[in-house]
Amino acid sequence: MSEYILEMKNITKTFPGVKALDNVNLKVKEGQIHALVGENGAGKSTLMNVLSGVYPYGTYQGDIYFNGKKCVFRNIRESERVGIAIIHQELALNPYMTIAENIYLGNERAKNGIINWDLTNHQAAKLIQRVGLREKHTALIKDIGVGKQQLVEIAKALSKQVKLLILDEPTAALNDEDSNNLLNLLVELNQKQGITCIIISHKIHEVTKIAEEITVLRDGALIETLVKGRDEITENRIIKGMVGRELVNRFPARTPKIGDIGFEVKNWVVYNPLDEEKIVIKNVSMNVRKGEVVGIAGLMGAGRTELCMSLFGRAYGKKISGKLIKDGRELRLKTIREAIENGLAYVTEDRKTAGLILIDDIRRNITLSRLDKISNNNVIDDNVEIRAAEEQSKLLTIKSSGIYQKAGTLSGGNQQKVVLSKWIFSEPDVLFLDEPTRGIDVGAKYEIYTIINQLAEQGKCVVVVSSELPEILGICDRIYIMNEGRIVGEMDKETANQESIMKCILKSSQNGSESAS
Amino acid sequence: MDKFKEKLRQYGMLIALVVIMIIFQILTGGLFKGILLRPINVSRLIQQQGYILILSIGMVFCILTGGNIDLSVGSIVAMVSASSALFSVFLGIPVVISIFLGLGLGLLAGMWQGFFIAYVKIPAFICTLAGMLIFRGINNIILNGKTIMLPQLYVTIASGVIPDIFGSGDGLHVTTVIIGLICAAIYVARAISTRNRKKRYDFDVGSNGFFIVKTILLAGIIILFALWLALANGLQYVVILLIALILFYTFITNKTVAGRHVYALGGNPKAAALSGIDTKKVMFWVYANMGLLAGLAGIIFAGRLNSAAPTAGKDFELDAIAACFIGGASASGGVGTIIGAIIGGFVMGILNNGMSIMGISTFWQSIVKGLVLLGAVAFDVFTKSKAKAA
Repeated sequence: MSEYILEMKNITKTFPGVKALDNVNLKVKEGQIHALVGENGAGKSTLMNVLSGVYPYGTYQGDIYFNGKKCVFRNIRESERVGIAIIHQELALNPYMTIAENIYLGNERAKNGIINWDLTNHQAAKLIQRVGLREKHTALIKDIGVGKQQLVEIAKALSKQVKLLILDEPTAALNDEDSNNLLNLLVELNQKQGITCIIISHKIHEVTKIAEEITVLRDGALIETLVKGRDEITENRIIKGMVGRELVNRFPARTPKIGDIGFEVKNWVVYNPLDEEKIVIKNVSMNVRKGEVVGIAGLMGAGRTELCMSLFGRAYGKKISGKLIKDGRELRLKTIREAIENGLAYVTEDRKTAGLILIDDIRRNITLSRLDKISNNNVIDDNVEIRAAEEQSKLLTIKSSGIYQKAGTLSGGNQQKVVLSKWIFSEPDVLFLDEPTRGIDVGAKYEIYTIINQLAEQGKCVVVVSSELPEILGICDRIYIMNEGRIVGEMDKETANQESIMKCILKSSQNGSESAS
Repeated sequence: MDKFKEKLRQYGMLIALVVIMIIFQILTGGLFKGILLRPINVSRLIQQQGYILILSIGMVFCILTGGNIDLSVGSIVAMVSASSALFSVFLGIPVVISIFLGLGLGLLAGMWQGFFIAYVKIPAFICTLAGMLIFRGINNIILNGKTIMLPQLYVTIASGVIPDIFGSGDGLHVTTVIIGLICAAIYVARAISTRNRKKRYDFDVGSNGFFIVKTILLAGIIILFALWLALANGLQYVVILLIALILFYTFITNKTVAGRHVYALGGNPKAAALSGIDTKKVMFWVYANMGLLAGLAGIIFAGRLNSAAPTAGKDFELDAIAACFIGGASASGGVGTIIGAIIGGFVMGILNNGMSIMGISTFWQSIVKGLVLLGAVAFDVFTKSKAKAA
């Protein structure tokens, strides 16, 4: 027996017109945490899909050996049978079923088709304990947070006697605290129970923390495998491998030209639309100057998205009160349409479900919020529209086969650019960018930052909401810190750092609970 | 090659229609002597299918908003045809006015449902199921279970032809031919001017050869169609109405802001709302429009039967919905065209008509129609999943 639990030899996978994987050799040692990093489209997910049988044996070239045995998986079930489990970025849980039901979904504890609920619940409770999930097995998935859902997925994998656990971007949707919990759990599973893990992640600092070996993929080829203790493992080193060049600066430089106050919010109060007793935004006041990039930092659930959406023509919330002042004039916005007409734009945090129409092409997505600009008397002028879309697409260097490509077929970074194009096309003065770089790779992030800088240079007011503190610190001139629906701090670029922001949040939480009690 | 495949998919339903047409032409007496494509039968087929086509146009919009359907249209047809009797026979209101009253009633029924669907947020399926019961009931109350004869003007609208001002009155309807030639000429002129405008913007316009063949072919079809109608009785008012509706609503879907809003709502309601589209208003007007078109179909149906009957419009909603899906509309919304629904409507019509000529029992007809619907959508799903994999 070799020390490798998994060996993938000379894997080549081609799609019509593209070589997604080119002669990749991946070796994973038993009992290790192995990280797979690379930009979007580098072939990480394809490689894992080849391994888990999503692409059946015969549709790719090369061989896979698991525990020394050659694998010819025809589907995911067969790979699961030998102990390979994959947890995809989009969780495959049924929101209306209990945790226990989900854990054994497709793998029911049953005899002759009749489910043994006692056994199911008993075993599920044990698994729940094993992954450190503090929920009852009868809780519904829809009632627990994303972090806990992720744990349910792991419990589900454990229920199948997993030997090799593959996680695709497990922390992408998690806040720092949940991410840490998850990573600790992985380390524990790995050390105490000997489960080998492959983790795909964009968050390089996490990878360097827990992985013993790191494999870098670029353009479908394996660039290098870094081994802890043997190679120098730093973020810069890994990024260099991923993008093929040294990214001297992850954030493009900008000399701020900050003007007068362009947008101001006074005593903004918002109630929860589903529960009108519950206050979501508590007396928030803030301002943004022209040409300034203002960040809103905070933990998940701090109310940042709710604040931005309620400002954007009351897209969220009930019983909203407070004052909105733009260029010295008070705005009274009742609908999103009015917000757009008054020069506001909001780029949503979730481009797939709320930002784009995936079945429509780039052109139609770009012009959607300002059809009046390309039409006469409500009749659309195709020629004007095509020109407008091509102009925008060139301006933001959207990589596509043309403006007729469907938005759903673009990579994450390019999708985000389409969303940005749409709002730049609407010619706003104030832009709210909610998690503008979530789930996109380092290179594309840099491009998005450049666009943000350009917008600021044009004298627009830019508000950036982000859960990644380095990003906020890297691109913002001034930072508001939000916690539990309130602004609890304001810092300049010079005085802010990760520690001071976290301290500010923690302190406000304590104060809040003290004053409440 | 890829381009060709894409075109094939685009015209897939049209090709299917032609194939079905040829099959039934052969089955009804041979390729050249078949009954199906005889002028008089073509004319009859359009009349039989006219009101379903009108309903299909409205139904496409409902389906576009997110796979919603309108189950009540058959009952609205019934209600409006009954009200035609109420207005023009029982109350003695002049026919022209009572026609407009009928249309207004259809619109009102549509707005009623639109209100509940868009603003009260009742699922369309349930709301229109309720409408199906309510409007059918209103028909029965008005007619009290009886069948009422209608004035002549209703009949003229539904099955009359335009007067032949140029013809001698024997055989060929000359005016129809002249109108056909004029329409073909207008079509060719417009095609050329659109192409030149695109060229001025330096847009890709495709090869000259393809353009010439396509334009001549379509102009030829227009002339042939006019000639066929001329050989029957002449151009019917219903045909003029249908063509006007098809052109108008195709224009709405392709060229107007309102049309774009409907597609956006179906494609992703959240994204549409966050782009400043009043999605509730869009939903409301889609159903209001469906009601109006159902009213129109009701008047034409009443005219065709020359009477208002308690069973009028039964199962029409199913034919209209089937037509849309056969014509390539997506059950999840955001995809579908007017012309697709019309093609789907003709597929259903030819199946009905062809099998009737062959003397196949209505029981078997129903089975065949069901299988065709299933097959058409399965084919569509299959080609789409292949397109995705490629």
